[in-house]
Amino acid sequence: MAISKFNYNSFNVTPVASNALSFNSNADGFTTQGASSMVLIKTLTASTSGTLNFVDGASSVVLDDTYPVYVFKFINLHPDASDAQFGFQVSINTGSAYGVAITSSAIESYHGGVQYNAGNDLAQGTGLQFITNTVYHSRAEESMNGTLHLFNPSSTTFVKHFMSRASRMNNTNFIEHLHGGYVNSTSAVDAIQFKFAAGNIATGTIKLYGIKDS
Amino acid sequence: MALSKLNFNSLNVTPTANKGIGFDSGADDLEASFSGGSMVFIKKLTASSSATLSFVDGSSSVVLDNTYKEYVFTYNNMHPATDTAIFQMNFSIDGGSNYNVTKTSTAFVGAHKEDNAVAFVQYESGDDLAQGTGFQNLSFPIGADNDQSVSGNLNLFNPSSTTFVKHFISTCNESEKGDYTGNHFVAGYGNTTSAVDAIQFKFSSGNIDAGTITLYGIT
Repeated sequence: MAISKFNYNSFNVTPVASNALSFNSNADGFTTQGASSMVLIKTLTASTSGTLNFVDGASSVVLDDTYPVYVFKFINLHPDASDAQFGFQVSINTGSAYGVAITSSAIESYHGGVQYNAGNDLAQGTGLQFITNTVYHSRAEESMNGTLHLFNPSSTTFVKHFMSRASRMNNTNFIEHLHGGYVNSTSAVDAIQFKFAAGNIATGTIKLYGIKDS
Repeated sequence: MALSKLNFNSLNVTPTANKGIGFDSGADDLEASFSGGSMVFIKKLTASSSATLSFVDGSSSVVLDNTYKEYVFTYNNMHPATDTAIFQMNFSIDGGSNYNVTKTSTAFVGAHKEDNAVAFVQYESGDDLAQGTGFQNLSFPIGADNDQSVSGNLNLFNPSSTTFVKHFISTCNESEKGDYTGNHFVAGYGNTTSAVDAIQFKFSSGNIDAGTITLYGIT
């Protein structure tokens, strides 16, 4: 016997484009439900990794005009053999080369004060844009955590603004790092690379999300 | 012939309020497990030589009421028509008839010039308000070069409350007119126990030449 299959209009609910079928708030009828605007794109997990790279079009990574804002989450990134700062560089040629000019500022807040950190900023520099100061590999309980917002990386009109907020232990102190700046290029940024300034990323996770605007 | 439609109890799954219907982990049954996610798109406004961009509850599909306890505005590449304009916002408690809610706020910035001549973090007393009703500055003066703009987020908490003042937090990065990067942190509260039901964004002078502002509700 042939199976009767139900179509989109078989349910007692008004279809809404791109929404899902859901029970209503009383669980006594159907309604429709929109998807979240914050969409997980890719999770990379370090395992003694030299770098973690997100390249548009590779390994299911999306880093183009699909989303106007991208958010990276850093979870317990720990260096393997060196005490090192953690940071990123971007690419405008899908990862063939990393190191586009950045101008940035760097603020750090610690128990007892707040200050500018001239060692963490860039002035048209193409080197590693730090997100944190030194994370100590010898202390197993230490790591860095935080968030990086990257705005409109695919724009060919504007420089690419970014903002990061991250935390780390520093022996018995806690330090929060606030970095902001722009990739000073009107070419589309299509890849980003994360690494420690020395050594490998022993463990940790970086998650990439896209923020929808429709 | 009238079409017979399937009702909520037609499926082999226990109905659960506000849950979507998906396949289970074995992909061999249905379950009520999905939720739509906690960040819900509400409205996007695109500037095109616009004097202001306003989000008014109940107008043009905007929701800015007790549906959500937190709202997030993402402003992306706001580009001024004229050089040296500051990106600003103000609240309304009368559906957008007036944007003049009393606010008390703080402001600090980290800044660095492209030629490395200047680098600092400092409190910005020119950007804070002490029971002021004027527009709240969110940025430095922005340059009007084609590639210059300001991008960031504004979080507004529980705007419909008639008990509490209305807390807000804005963080942005900007291309300052003198070729600085500025990482601006502004926070404060609308000092009113009336419901905030509208918000307006603009530059301190001239139009918003280009840019988008998107409003989300956080469930």
